Amino acid sequence: MGLRLSREEQAMLEGERGEAVRLAMSVVARMAEVCGAEELMPIEQAHIDACTVFTPSALEFVERLVALGGKVAVPTTLNASPLDATNWHRLGVGEDYAASASRFMDAYLALGCIPTWTCAPYQGYLAPRFGQQVAWGESNAVVYANSVLGARTNRYGDFMDICAALTGRVPRWGLHLDRNRRATVVVEVSGQVVGDPAFYPLLGHALGLRVGDAVPAIVGLPGTATTDDLKALGAAAASSGAVAMFHAVGITPEAPSLEAALGGNTPSRTITIGPEEIDAARRDLNTLGEGEPLDAVVLGCPHLSFEEFRRLAQAIEAHDHDSAHTRVPFFVFTSRQSHALVAASGLADVLEGFGVQVVLDTCPFQCRVVPAGVSAVMTNSGKCGYYAPAELGVKVALGGIGECVKSAIEGKVARER
Amino acid sequence: MKARLEGRAVVAGSAVGRVVVARKPLSLWGGLDPATGRIADPHHDRFGEGVAGRIFAFPTGKGSSTASAVLLECVRLGTAPAAIINSSLDPIIALGAIVAGELYGKAPPVVVVSEEAFASLADGDQVAISPDGTVEITRGEGG
Repeated sequence: MGLRLSREEQAMLEGERGEAVRLAMSVVARMAEVCGAEELMPIEQAHIDACTVFTPSALEFVERLVALGGKVAVPTTLNASPLDATNWHRLGVGEDYAASASRFMDAYLALGCIPTWTCAPYQGYLAPRFGQQVAWGESNAVVYANSVLGARTNRYGDFMDICAALTGRVPRWGLHLDRNRRATVVVEVSGQVVGDPAFYPLLGHALGLRVGDAVPAIVGLPGTATTDDLKALGAAAASSGAVAMFHAVGITPEAPSLEAALGGNTPSRTITIGPEEIDAARRDLNTLGEGEPLDAVVLGCPHLSFEEFRRLAQAIEAHDHDSAHTRVPFFVFTSRQSHALVAASGLADVLEGFGVQVVLDTCPFQCRVVPAGVSAVMTNSGKCGYYAPAELGVKVALGGIGECVKSAIEGKVARER
Repeated sequence: MKARLEGRAVVAGSAVGRVVVARKPLSLWGGLDPATGRIADPHHDRFGEGVAGRIFAFPTGKGSSTASAVLLECVRLGTAPAAIINSSLDPIIALGAIVAGELYGKAPPVVVVSEEAFASLADGDQVAISPDGTVEITRGEGG
């Protein structure tokens, strides 16, 4: 059983559709062999993660595609960029870095990609429809697309995403196929854990540690879970584990019931996540204790949605208006699209008055706006909490948006419970 | 002692060296520093260990889909492992090696062995990987 290519795919591989497509198809075909796929299949959309991490080799790769005349074959959105192109100067980013990062970003635009620059593309332009076959990169976006939207993608790595976009093809494999989308593990959420302001990222962290890359069916989540809650859950689960899809029974579209989520599978195991497991996740992610001094707050990993901005403004307004001001740098990462809504809504005054610094397009781990010397950071994100110790060299406190605001005012880690 | 493991050559190639064995999956992004070739994830069991030029055995990848970009940059800088042994296929790791082959004409071989075979690897074993996926282990005798 080898890989069978259609006539058109063979033409791509032989360079008849240009050298960029030849290079991209050779990567796609090699990956099909790696996965044991017997054929390729078309995709209708792509989301590129390879544009987020600026490295000299990533620049070389994309500039080679541009030089070879590459153009994307399907509508292709772009993940967070390595630079806030609007505010980098004010944020203290170096000129050399800004120049290199801009060149990198320009190369993706030259390939015909759409400048969405967000790691939460599902809350912006061109969210895929139910059942649509797509090729997405960015682990949090992948888990959201599969789980919450019911679109179909594997966890595409950097460069495979752009190769899929240039060819419009992926291996027929993995989560593109019905049989691999059915749950193999059941996760029962038990106890009075849902009231915790950081419940969803903590649940995601606990989930990723336990299920690895399996597809879990979560039973016991309340029907009030918002899209932002599910985003936080998925982002954390795709950091501590390799979760590319989950079912939340009664909430996500392929799981109207546990039976539907399992689709005839007998689960290999049933796991309980209750107060004890949530506590363990909390201890795992909080390397800063209550009362310890803070140097900065980072929200927006993944990018803050308009609704999360509204909750942030409400949390600020819950404190005394005149004195409510952050004592530490308070960074919020978001997309230009969400920010445009904020700017038009009247929330901007509240945020500005509090001292919020909005950072557009980029990622706290790629564009270094968190000042050097910062060693204690609070965040609402399980993903940020997981990666910040290694990527930023900081200790972390995880809390809800309200706790982040309270802590920022006090200049130390404060809890609401 | 000598042993022979039959693996699958996901990215075929030859390599010889000492093996660094990790028991936990690793996200290369945030978990492997391209500048030094050291394990940078403080949650990981081999935190701080250098894998540049060595055979790096870890169960599988996880987390960020940027692992391929990290591996590519390691190849550019010469800090990549000489070869990778996993017990469960992570296509994103294979992808990094394949793109390195396209861009720089060199790719660290990636071999997937059974969980049982993986468990038989011990840190410091001398390992030889062949293009067909065979992993030969030499242990002890003052080595």
